[in-house]
Amino acid sequence: MSAEVFSLFYQFADVFAFLILSAAGLAIVFGMMGVINMAHGEFIMCGAYVTVGLVNLGVPLAISQILAALTAGLIGVLVEFLVVRRFYKRPLDSLLATWGLSLIVTQSMLLIVGSAVRGIGTPEGSFAIGGYTFSTYRLVLFGCAVAVLVALYIIFMKTRFGVIARATMQNAAMAKALGARTGRIYAISFGIGAGLAGLCGALYAPTMTLIPTMGATFVVESFVTVVIGGANVLLGTAPAAVFLAMIRMALNASYGQIIGQIGMLVAVILIVRVLPEGLSSVLARRGR
Amino acid sequence: MNSRRKIRLALLGALLGTSALGVAKAAEPLKIGLLEDVSGDLAFMGMPKLHGSQLAVEEINKSGGIMGRQIELIHLDPQGDNARYQEFGRRLLNRDKVDVLIGGITSASREALRPIVDRTSTPYFYTNQYEGGVCDASMISMGAVPEQQFSTLIPWMVEKFGKKVYVIAADYNFGQISAEWNRKIMKDLGGEVVGEEFIPLGVSQFAQTIQNIQKAKPDWLLTINVGAAQDSFFEQAAAANLNLPMGSSIKVMLGFEHKRFKPPALNNMHATANWFEEIDTPEANDFKKRWHAKFPDELYINDMGYNAYNALYMYKALVEKAKSTKLEDMRKVIATGDACIDAPEGKVCVDPKSQHTSHRMRLISVGPKHEVTVEKDYGVIQPYWLGQIGCDLTKKNDKDQYTPSHLPNKS
Repeated sequence: MSAEVFSLFYQFADVFAFLILSAAGLAIVFGMMGVINMAHGEFIMCGAYVTVGLVNLGVPLAISQILAALTAGLIGVLVEFLVVRRFYKRPLDSLLATWGLSLIVTQSMLLIVGSAVRGIGTPEGSFAIGGYTFSTYRLVLFGCAVAVLVALYIIFMKTRFGVIARATMQNAAMAKALGARTGRIYAISFGIGAGLAGLCGALYAPTMTLIPTMGATFVVESFVTVVIGGANVLLGTAPAAVFLAMIRMALNASYGQIIGQIGMLVAVILIVRVLPEGLSSVLARRGR
Repeated sequence: MNSRRKIRLALLGALLGTSALGVAKAAEPLKIGLLEDVSGDLAFMGMPKLHGSQLAVEEINKSGGIMGRQIELIHLDPQGDNARYQEFGRRLLNRDKVDVLIGGITSASREALRPIVDRTSTPYFYTNQYEGGVCDASMISMGAVPEQQFSTLIPWMVEKFGKKVYVIAADYNFGQISAEWNRKIMKDLGGEVVGEEFIPLGVSQFAQTIQNIQKAKPDWLLTINVGAAQDSFFEQAAAANLNLPMGSSIKVMLGFEHKRFKPPALNNMHATANWFEEIDTPEANDFKKRWHAKFPDELYINDMGYNAYNALYMYKALVEKAKSTKLEDMRKVIATGDACIDAPEGKVCVDPKSQHTSHRMRLISVGPKHEVTVEKDYGVIQPYWLGQIGCDLTKKNDKDQYTPSHLPNKS
């Protein structure tokens, strides 16, 4: 019996981690900054490839993953400076610009690195409960997802940078008038978003096949989580992930992956219909 | 608009003029239309197919072409999109007027193309192993089919590992029909399918599937999952210590998972194949040497790439025996049962009734260090199933795909 209960928790944790890690970066870039970043998957792919590249050079996995997230973050700052900066007032054009970027990046990776890269293998470690065996690394992923949420909360709620960043997102002109260097705030925020996407890729790199289009497997989940979460990233994303993870886990377990995927998307449609502002609008109202 | 039309007419005139001149010269190259994915989710499988075609074209042109005519490869990349397969297929057939069409990766792309090909009189070569059953006079299938792959593999797996199987399959026609084959063969063997899971393309997370498998307690797994995302199953199953024997009709020799994943993720995988790079015969080694000389970065020469290479030689053989590039003349050669080539695997012949090819099948297994061992050599197996159930293309063109549950109407 306890095996069944743990199994349920494990499956929930697994889907939850996937949703949070793939959505965290987008929550900042799309949820807070309002940039429809179609290249989100490519930042994830960047994190994965850098991780595998570094591990193949002999760097330990954990350090490679951190370096990969930092690399993606730096590239994010660069992309913000070169491309995204020009589109803050034109959100729909940012969709086109980042989509173009995404196409260029995947095709360049295909031409430069090739169509398939040899995987590095998941870190050893599995444990058994009842008749089931579990991979320890999947629990590490869950731990990382929780850590990312906590870190986001601290950065945006407890630091000076967070206060200024939120002020900038809310009213850039006013923040600027009060002396905030909004350009820099945007760049750093986008960099954090890209870095979190890179972290997602880095964390999932050992468990997946690496191909240039791998980011696509994360993108749908990340967008629906952020959309469901609503405008307030800190209040919205976590409950959205909990909600979607519960639905998907239950349906996956009873009816298989197809129904799980369909069910999750149906739930998303219903939520968007009933709560166009996302889950965070309800939570924010309660909080007031 | 008007001036544009004039330009178009002028262009058309120029084109017609040059092609008329070309006929006079009689040495126009033969045009080979090739549709293979070299970008998108299946690029890693499609790239060797393009390379195999390029290698064959180069070799054939060096040795004098087909009936003295050089051949020209026109490759388009449909990027794994079935709508693009149709669009590019029409373009190659109607605008470029290719003499033969080759390609398609997934069975979905093949079925998208087939109705378009059927409206023309252009021969079409499909070069993958697949779920079988296509009875269509326009199509010549170069890969292995279930009677060559499943009727060999499944009884062997049942005998060696046990009667209970769990199936994970990609959720489209290939996975569905392959799973149906498995059900039929398991039933004939008195085995039991303890679970079947169909997975949408692009899904990459399998923790739940792994637990469903452990709950069902099968003796072995049939893995007919497709694409890079779904292949993540192997890594995740190994990390969760699932440790079950696996069988497949597409792993190792097609997706070279044993080269792409870190050992021992593919340990205990079994497959039946007409080609895998580890084949060690003088003919195969010579072929591999030529391939790697042209494409030194190739990670693995997969069976699709190998079949794509053979397809051009089969086309050459058919055209030269028929002394014509017309499909009906080529089919007269096929009807004699004498349409054979000497391929790196040995002799490969087209079966007159089904237009599928005979293959020498071997059962291979993957070890903990991802070494490949030949477990059993079945010799040459004919593609007999379609003929048995009543498909006879020498008499009637059904243009249909049959499965164990969809058989031809008895007339």
